[in-house]
Amino acid sequence: MFIVTHRKIFFALSLLFVIGSFLSFQSVGLKLGTDFTGGTLLEISYNEERPSVEDIQNSLSLLSLGNYSIRPSGEKGIVMRSREITPDEKDLVLSHLSSGDLSSITEERFNSVGPVVGESLRRKSYFAVSIVILAIVLFITFAFRKVSETTLSSGSRGVPSWKYGFATILALAHDVIVPLGAYVIYGHFTGAEIDLLFITAILAILGYSVHDTIVVFDRVREHLRLNKEQNILESFEKTVGESVTQTMGRSINTSLTLFVVLISLYVVGSEATQHFSFILLIGVIAGTYSSIFIASPLLVTLEKLQKKAV
Amino acid sequence: MNKHRIWALILILAGIGLTFFISSSLKPGARFPFKFGLDLVGGTELIYKADISKVEPGDISPAMETLREVIERRVNVFGVSEPLIQIEEAGLISGNKDHRLIVELPGIKDINEAIRLIGLTPLLEFRLETDGARELANNEGLNESTTIDDLFEETGLTGSLLKRATLQFDPNTGEPVVGLEFNDNGKDLFRTITTENTGKILAIILDGELIQTPVIREAITDGTAQISGSFTPEEARGVVRQLNYGALPLPIELVSTQTVGATLGEVALATAIRAGIIGFIILSIFMVLWYRLPGLISVVALVLYVIISVSLFLLIPVTLTAAGLAGFILSIGMAVDANVLIFERLKEEIRKGKDLVKASEEGFARAWLSIRDSNISSLITAVVLFWLGTSAVKGFALTLGVGVLVSMFSAITASRTFLFAIRPKTEGKLSGILFGTGFNKK
Repeated sequence: MFIVTHRKIFFALSLLFVIGSFLSFQSVGLKLGTDFTGGTLLEISYNEERPSVEDIQNSLSLLSLGNYSIRPSGEKGIVMRSREITPDEKDLVLSHLSSGDLSSITEERFNSVGPVVGESLRRKSYFAVSIVILAIVLFITFAFRKVSETTLSSGSRGVPSWKYGFATILALAHDVIVPLGAYVIYGHFTGAEIDLLFITAILAILGYSVHDTIVVFDRVREHLRLNKEQNILESFEKTVGESVTQTMGRSINTSLTLFVVLISLYVVGSEATQHFSFILLIGVIAGTYSSIFIASPLLVTLEKLQKKAV
Repeated sequence: MNKHRIWALILILAGIGLTFFISSSLKPGARFPFKFGLDLVGGTELIYKADISKVEPGDISPAMETLREVIERRVNVFGVSEPLIQIEEAGLISGNKDHRLIVELPGIKDINEAIRLIGLTPLLEFRLETDGARELANNEGLNESTTIDDLFEETGLTGSLLKRATLQFDPNTGEPVVGLEFNDNGKDLFRTITTENTGKILAIILDGELIQTPVIREAITDGTAQISGSFTPEEARGVVRQLNYGALPLPIELVSTQTVGATLGEVALATAIRAGIIGFIILSIFMVLWYRLPGLISVVALVLYVIISVSLFLLIPVTLTAAGLAGFILSIGMAVDANVLIFERLKEEIRKGKDLVKASEEGFARAWLSIRDSNISSLITAVVLFWLGTSAVKGFALTLGVGVLVSMFSAITASRTFLFAIRPKTEGKLSGILFGTGFNKK
C-alpha cells in the first residue's frame, strides 16, 4: 500500500530522471552511429604494438578524409570513423595505417553506409518504435477490455481499459527516455554510439517493460473480477495497492534473474555486447521501477481524475 | 505410475534425443548444420540500390527477382559457400524509398574482389538509331566525343526481357550466331519496335559496348532474334553464357558495404557462449536456493528449453548472429520469469492454507493469464523487430520469438508435468522444506 499511497514521491523521482535525461541530450548530445548517419567505420588491429593516435593521424594527414576520428579499441586495435569511403579508398587508408606495410595490421571490421541507407534506417527505427508502442497499447486495451465492468466502492464505474493502455504508454516513455539519457552519458566516456543494436535493445526493453507491467495489471484484473463475483466493494486504490504488493516478490526476482544474465553478458562480452547489455541493464531497472512505481499507481491517479470529472 | 510420470519420462527422453540431434549437427557435413551470421564467421555484406526508373511499376517485382537470381548464379560460380541474397523492396513495409538487393558473402573479406565478382555482369540493350544518327555518320561527323547515346536511343528492350540465349550456327555460312528468345513482354515489345521502325538500325549493345548494328528488314513477331557478330565459337559461347547467367535486368549501384574479420567474429561467438553458460549457472543456483524443489524442476525445464530452442534454430534454420545470441540469452531470462510467476503464485496459495496438490494446480492456472498476455506483448515486439530488419536485428527478433514460444511450453507444460510427477501425495515435514521458499517459512 505504501507505494500507491505515496505515489507522488515516486512520480517526482521518475520525473527527475526524465528531466536529467533531457539535460544530458542537451549538454552531451545524441551521437548517432554510422548505421543512421551514413559514413564509414573501420576497425583494425595492429599485430605488434599500436602506434600512438597522433602518429596514426599524421600518417593519414595526406589523405583527404575530411573530418574523421580515431579511437583506441582494446589493446591493439583502433576504430576510425569518417565520411563514407569507397572500397578503393579503404585500401589506401589501410596502407597508410600500416605505414606502407611497415607494421602488419588486420582489418577487423569495415562498415560503409551511404547516406540514403542511413536515412531510411533512421526512419524505419522511429517507425518500429512507434509501431511497437501502438501495437502494445492496442493489445492491452483489448486484453483488459473487461476491467471497466466492475463497480468500485465509490460507486463509480471501473477504469476503462484504454486508460490501462495510457498508463502503459507513460511508463514506456519513461523506459525509453531514461536508458537513452544513461546511454548518452555512457557513450560520452566509452564512445558508444546510437546504432542499430541500440534500437534493438530499446525495443527489447519496451517488450520487457510491458511484460512486467502486464503482470501487475493482471493482478488488478484478477482482484476486480473476484470482487465482482463476491460482491465486495473495495476502493480502487486498495485493489491496486494490494496487487502491487502481491506481485512485488515476483517482479524483484525476475529482474534479479535477468540482471544476473545481463551482468554476465556485460562482464565477458565483447565491446559491442557490452554496450548492448549496459543499455539493457539500465532498461531492466527502469522497466521494473516503472511497472511498480509508475504504471500501477498511475491507474489510481487516473481513477481519481475520472471521479472528479463526474 | 501416474500419467504425469509417463509424460515426464517422455519429455526427458525427447530431450535426450534432441541432444543427440544437436551434437550430430556439430559434425562436418551434417544435414542440419549451425548457420552463423557474418558478424560471427566473418565475411562481407553488400547492399545495392537498383535503378528502377526505366521499368514499369508492375514489372519491378519480377525484375528484382531476376536480378536476385542472376547475382546468385554469379556468386555461386565463384564458389562462395552459402551466399545469402535478399531483395528489399521499396515501400511502407520495408521503410525504404528504393529497391535494394542485399548480398551476404560469408568468408569473403576482400570487398573489392566481391564487388568485382558481382559488378562484372553485363547489361544487354537493344537501341534504335536516333533521328540524327545517319546524318552524323554520313557527314563524317563521328569523332571520339560521339557516344552511343548520340547515335542510338533506348527502346526499353533489355536483357531483362530475354527468356534465353542459345548458341546456334548459321545454316548457310556455318558461322556461330547467338540465338535470342524473348519472354512474352519482350516478344510484344520486339514486335512493336520492328513493325514501327522497319528499315532502321536496331543496335545490340552489351555493357555499353556496340556489338552489332543489324537493320530491321521486316516485323518480327515470333520473339526471336539472332546476333551474328563474326564471333569465334568460343566468343559466341561466352556471350550466350553471359546473357543467360549474367545479364543484369536492372542497373545497380553499391550503397553500403560491411566486412567483418573472422577473428572478431570468433571472439564474439566465444564470449556470447561463455556469457550464456555463466548466466545459466548463476541462474540455476539462484533458482534452486530460492525455490528449492520447484526451483530444481525449473532448471530441468530450462535445460529442456535450451535444447528445444537450439534444435529449432537448426531445423528452421535460424542464422545465428551476435544480436541473435543476445536475444536468445534474453529469452532465457523471460523463460525463467514464467517459472518465477508460477512459483510465487504457488507459494502464495500455500500460504493461504491450501494443500500442495491444490496449490500447485492453482499456481499454474492463475499464473497462466499473465504469462500469456505478457508473452503476447513480447511476441508483438519480436514481429515488429523482424520487420525492421537488417540481418542483425532479424536474428535478434527470430531468436526472441522462438524463445518466447518455446518458453511457454517449457515453463508451463514441461515444468508442470515434472512438478506433478514428483509432488508428494501427502504433506510431511520433508515436503514443507522442499516446497518452502527463501525466507518465507511456512
